[in-house]
Amino acid sequence: MGSHGIFDRVAIVGMGCTNFGERWDKGLDDLIVDAAKETFDSAGIDKDGVDAYWIGTAQSGMSGITLARPLQLQGKPVTRVENYCTTGSEALRAAAYAVACGAYDVAMAVGAEKVKDSGFQGLNANNPPGDGTARTLTAAAMFSMVAPAYCAKYGVDDEQMADVLATISAKNHYNGARNPRAQFRREVSKETIRASPRVAGRLGVFDCAGVADGAAAAIVVRAEDAHRYTDKPIYIKALSLAAGSGSGLIDPGYDYTHFPECEQAARDAYAQAGITDPRHQFAFAEVHDCFTPTELVLMEDLGFAERGTAWKEVLAGTFALDGPLPVNPDGGLKSFGHPVGASGLRMFFECWLQLRGEATADRQLHSDRTLALTHNLGGYPGEMVSFVSVVGSEPG
Amino acid sequence: MRGILSAAGYVPYRRLARAQIADFLGAGGGKGTRAVASHDEDTTTMGTEAARLALRSAPGTGPDALWFATASPAYLDKTNATAIHAALRLGGGVPAFDFGGALRSGAGALMAALGASGTVLVVSADQRDGLPTSSDESGGGDAGAALLVGDDGPATPVVAEHLASASATDEFTDRWRPPGDQRSRVWEERFGETRYVPLGRDAWDRALKVAGTEPSDVDRVVVTGMHPRAVRALAGALGLADGALADDLSARVGQAGAAHPGLVLSSVLEDEAGRRAAGDVGPGRTVVLVHLADGADVTVLRTTDALAGWRPARTVTAQVAAGADLPYGRYLSWRGQLTVEPPRRPEPQRVSSSAAWRSDQWKFGFVGSRDRSSGAVHLPPARVSMTGGAFDEMEPLPLAEDLGTVVTFTVDRMAYSPSPPIVFAVVDFDAGGRFPIELTDVDADEVAMGDRVEMTFRRLFTADGIHDYFWKARPVRGTGPSESKGGDA
Repeated sequence: MGSHGIFDRVAIVGMGCTNFGERWDKGLDDLIVDAAKETFDSAGIDKDGVDAYWIGTAQSGMSGITLARPLQLQGKPVTRVENYCTTGSEALRAAAYAVACGAYDVAMAVGAEKVKDSGFQGLNANNPPGDGTARTLTAAAMFSMVAPAYCAKYGVDDEQMADVLATISAKNHYNGARNPRAQFRREVSKETIRASPRVAGRLGVFDCAGVADGAAAAIVVRAEDAHRYTDKPIYIKALSLAAGSGSGLIDPGYDYTHFPECEQAARDAYAQAGITDPRHQFAFAEVHDCFTPTELVLMEDLGFAERGTAWKEVLAGTFALDGPLPVNPDGGLKSFGHPVGASGLRMFFECWLQLRGEATADRQLHSDRTLALTHNLGGYPGEMVSFVSVVGSEPG
Repeated sequence: MRGILSAAGYVPYRRLARAQIADFLGAGGGKGTRAVASHDEDTTTMGTEAARLALRSAPGTGPDALWFATASPAYLDKTNATAIHAALRLGGGVPAFDFGGALRSGAGALMAALGASGTVLVVSADQRDGLPTSSDESGGGDAGAALLVGDDGPATPVVAEHLASASATDEFTDRWRPPGDQRSRVWEERFGETRYVPLGRDAWDRALKVAGTEPSDVDRVVVTGMHPRAVRALAGALGLADGALADDLSARVGQAGAAHPGLVLSSVLEDEAGRRAAGDVGPGRTVVLVHLADGADVTVLRTTDALAGWRPARTVTAQVAAGADLPYGRYLSWRGQLTVEPPRRPEPQRVSSSAAWRSDQWKFGFVGSRDRSSGAVHLPPARVSMTGGAFDEMEPLPLAEDLGTVVTFTVDRMAYSPSPPIVFAVVDFDAGGRFPIELTDVDADEVAMGDRVEMTFRRLFTADGIHDYFWKARPVRGTGPSESKGGDA
């Protein structure tokens, strides 16, 4: 028994990512075709060169046909995966494991979501028929309980916390303003962020991720084959997933200041990748900033800051684009919005660009470090799934 | 000896100040307040709340039958009493019947129970509507009542013995409402008055004769009905002693239709119990209930020695005092008289009938489970423990009567609600366990961590005509039990 990972056995050799946004002009099929086409071109192969496909979409389509029809895949193994907001990352995990075990030579993961056709604000889940006792709260409301709990536990006052959260939001908007694929491409001042209308609890509009359509994709092969496709493959060091049991919602011991599922996924990923000092080993990290307090707590769950200190690190600029550990250099969910099935692969896409030196010049990082982390979570405090990956530009 | 074993009224938290109606519309209204059911209440939930209180005041007994009377049923065809039955966790062998439709059904169910056998829980509730500025709008009220009727016994003695009942029935059209209409219509008042007063006199005379009581010996009289002019005229014609006529709660609650006789009788019995406990009165006090609706129904009761030992869980007086004002605009939107912009979120899907049936202990009874091996409490009930992982080692843990403490809370301004925003709290129960749950009867700015809350049975929403009943939490406002009695698995 054990979690062993696939350290350096699989590499990403091609990626693509659409512009994210309110894509009234693009349906799900268009988004899929755009992302797939860019990815095929990136790897220098066509669709017949891929042996197996995974399509991650939370609720834009069912079954592998969601991908097979728009790409006209003939008789290929195509599987749809869904795991809340880790859906896109899960598609990659499945494709990478399939290659690692030798079942296929070339596999592709596509993540796509068409959110803006619902006509409603925010993300809306299609729940199965039930007994009518399930919560109907928005995710914003569930996550809004984090900041007050954090303040109470660590003696942070309301004014300080408001500044911390606005700093996180402003940082991600600053980064997103430098990314041509982001939904929101302008900087936003802390004053504007703090004055935005309340959505839930103390969270305002600018504390929440946007809502966008988008798609992203990756092609993976065995690491030893990678240079047939690209000079600069990205090696998969770790892929980890932790699904919570939901017990945090009903456990009187849970205090809403940390996400155990994220800690578990990070611990497993770090063991797979041999990470011992996450604060100093990563060039940057792409994390699931669905709400500003989420990013704050993740800095501690992922080991980037000691418990109770992330708020000070945020204010000190530790996670800024020019800080010692940039977080969400692409602008994060804050700037990209959150097409659920695509977000995880969008984070890998930033790793693909940054580690290959292909990000736009005004946000390209110049680090001696060759490792990056991506992180997703889906669900709520107390009941979530969490994904952590470690990728790198060098083997070994 | 047969009579009343326990009684309780339920008055919802919100009050509409009648003066607001004229302020808003330039007409209608009046003095005082009326009680208003919350947007998440209906006659079934208000009846349930009253029944919970009545049973809490009569520990040691369970009803053999549940009868529910209302003129504003949440469902037609489908029995409403079964939801109350489920919320009270009564056994499958206890029948639950509706006395539906007519204002007279509340008083009628009480009289039928007094003449029946076994222990009968007579629940009534009503929600009174009228068009804006109408006297029904301002004079009506929303409330529930529950009277536990049965034979004297050591565990649950009779607190008010049934001496006599008499009715006078007459067919005339004084007040009517076609099915589906929200407003009632009334004939010219004078006609009803000329019918009701002699009918009331006739029933009164016959009931008192059977009881062997003179009008001047009657200690407390409740005269009630939806025809205020006839009620006043009859009360003045009965030859009552000074101070015998009980407050009919119309000034602060309003006339709660089919529930009103039970509500006012509960209030009088609570008052008598208080006077008795204070030593102001002795046993053997005569209490008469007179109700005018399509005739007259009179019930004569006499308080017993046991009244001194009866402790109402929460009096009508305390509930009336605990109310909070509701703006008229919000009242109109709650009643569907004024449609306001809903949140731009999908409306809830209808509840699955089969899923609801499977989870009836949880959904209606608020029964969780506790792992025998670790003690971990699961809400909703689970089969595998979150602590230790034991399979199928659970015992049921009823928590509806337990109290809890707000650990943290939030206000959701975007989620769908019939009356946004949603106030939502993480609640830790005294008996163990935690559940994140919606708060009700509360304003967003008055909630704080550490607040004490109690459970209340509510209607969350309606989709495809199916009402979604479940529990919410509401602040304990000094009217509740001082100690929790949860965990009585």
